[in-house]
Amino acid sequence: MEVIPLLKLLSEADGITGHEGPVRELLRQTWQPFADEMREGKLGSLIALKQGAGAAPRPKLMLAAHMDEIGLVVTGVEKGFLRVTRVGGTDRRVLLGLEVVVHGQRDLPGIVATRPPHVLPQEERKRTVPWDQIFVDVGLPAGEVEQLVAVGDLISIRRDMVELKNRHVAGKAMDDRACVAAVTLALEQLGNVSHAWDVFAVATVQEEKGLIGATTASYGVAPDLAVALDVTFGKHPGVSEPDAFPLNAGPTIGIGPNFHPGLVNRLKEVAESHEIPYQMEPIPGRSGTDAWAIQVTREGVPTALISIPIRYMHQPVETLVVQDVERAGRLVAAFIAGLEADFLETLAWDRG
Amino acid sequence: MILRELSEAVGVSGDEGDVRTVVLDAIREHADKLHPVDEVQVDTMGNVLAFKRGEGRQRLRVMLDAHMDEIGLMVVGHDSDGFLRVRAVGGIDPRLIPGTLFHVGPDRIPGVIGIKPIHLLTDQESQKVSKIEDLVVDIGAKSKDEADKLAPLGTYAAFATPFRELGPTVSGKAFDDRVGCAVLVELLQGERFRCDLHAAFTVQEEVGLRGARIAAYAIEPDCAFALEGTIADDIPKDKDVSPTTELGKGPAITVMDRSFIADRRLVRLLTDTAEELGIAYQIKQPGIGGTDAGAIHVARGGVPSVTVAVPCRYIHSPVALLSLDDFNNTVRLMRESLSRLTRRTLSRD
Repeated sequence: MEVIPLLKLLSEADGITGHEGPVRELLRQTWQPFADEMREGKLGSLIALKQGAGAAPRPKLMLAAHMDEIGLVVTGVEKGFLRVTRVGGTDRRVLLGLEVVVHGQRDLPGIVATRPPHVLPQEERKRTVPWDQIFVDVGLPAGEVEQLVAVGDLISIRRDMVELKNRHVAGKAMDDRACVAAVTLALEQLGNVSHAWDVFAVATVQEEKGLIGATTASYGVAPDLAVALDVTFGKHPGVSEPDAFPLNAGPTIGIGPNFHPGLVNRLKEVAESHEIPYQMEPIPGRSGTDAWAIQVTREGVPTALISIPIRYMHQPVETLVVQDVERAGRLVAAFIAGLEADFLETLAWDRG
Repeated sequence: MILRELSEAVGVSGDEGDVRTVVLDAIREHADKLHPVDEVQVDTMGNVLAFKRGEGRQRLRVMLDAHMDEIGLMVVGHDSDGFLRVRAVGGIDPRLIPGTLFHVGPDRIPGVIGIKPIHLLTDQESQKVSKIEDLVVDIGAKSKDEADKLAPLGTYAAFATPFRELGPTVSGKAFDDRVGCAVLVELLQGERFRCDLHAAFTVQEEVGLRGARIAAYAIEPDCAFALEGTIADDIPKDKDVSPTTELGKGPAITVMDRSFIADRRLVRLLTDTAEELGIAYQIKQPGIGGTDAGAIHVARGGVPSVTVAVPCRYIHSPVALLSLDDFNNTVRLMRESLSRLTRRTLSRD
């Protein structure tokens, strides 16, 4: 599978937190060739099962990458302009001058707008625009807007993915579609190797709202082990170690209370033996990812986190290096291929 | 649609070549062959000066001006990790820059500007608007050398916004002043007037009305009309202040802005024509903005001037919006007014 076209497809798809329908359908078609079974969770997570070899009952591994993205929602219609607020952690510092799509009675192209600097007092020009000064303009007469758009309608960011130099790509929703792409690559690779464990690949919903899909889907799957994939901060001017990781040095493996040390070590071993570049990412508490929710499902699940570094997180120019997506996919596939049927026993804390 | 081609052409102040090509093609090849443009030349700064002879006797010399340049960025340095350091060319609102896509250089290399992620900010930092000096353009280069090779010092970057039709309105970049250029192209492609038309598609308006200054000197007109895309601030606001201009209310006539005071006789010509023919028009709120008329009206011994503009929301932003009705009414108002313009219009009353 060609990675850049896959990333483009996933990045440009619509799927705002709580309304993941379009991207779920796209993913259903994309995963179809690689899955033995597929179902949809009660809140909309997509769960694909790739069965392991060997007799039942087989142990279960859950992979989680969230398919939802941040966006906006209509809170009012005034003189044909739309008042808005965020869905998920949308960053208002990057909204002005952005093209969007308003999902009203039909999809309407729009622009995020505010008053021009020429008419503002100096102090206001230097401050980030507050939410009540931000509007969306769909360029239609007020009467028509009132017919077509209602309070509660969603607004997604419209941004075609661009290819920069040296296999960098930039676009919206790389958080977390880049990891959805990595999971897709892993599923494809598993078609060529035998693996003992059942693999449940889950594209979770509403991570940006509060890890909602991960919480409920992992209850349903009830895995024995889980690996979550999300993005982490990529290095760029103003953002450096230890908060951020260089691009093109491989995915990161999380280390800290959210992650089972046995799993972390196994991932490191696999990366080293397969010569996959990786970086260690110390996370002293909440990881801010699906891993945080999955770890405490039911009686608890040993969990790990693999992250792809991206620059400009939550901005419509999220930038990453394609190799890092490929490496994350290979790491997951190699890890699964090498997972012995009795691996869980090695994770026991106490030999007793 | 000529407006689409003009909007999508890349031409930051000082680097207008792309736009110049579109304008020259439009004048030379697509002009109404019955009433062609008589002379076209390009001057020392890159202004396109096109002359269309009139049909009357004792013809007035009328200058019509529209500027080809747009605001953008210029590369002024490269950092050790391959990011480009930039400065603004013309008046860029820094609140609009983060999260934007750019075309960098003549090959239109894609570049992005991003900022420190919201997760890593303090409350105080999230209120601050980053200055352009503190931003960098990311083209995916891996080293200072590579960045220098791909985008050497002096390379221009322009917004990479595509033109879109939204129905009664269209959106795109650089409507200030590609819409003025589109109006001027339409006027040149039509019938001759009684007066001599001296069209000036000027350069470098955004950095100080520079091209218009030498064009007006060369043309030495009897009067001048600057054609612009101007501020429409008809968005909801707390205090009921003037919107400057509004979409859908027709061409906006300037009586006074920060760069000049319009000649009342020309204003009256425009408003009388509009009222006679039932063409919607509006008066731009006085005191806001500036145009090439500012440079033209003080050329040589002085030139009576006025500015006529298509209202545009969000000018000087990566994407602006205008009404096609307003565009068509601006062309119509100009055409009809130029037909009625005579020496008597300019005689002192």
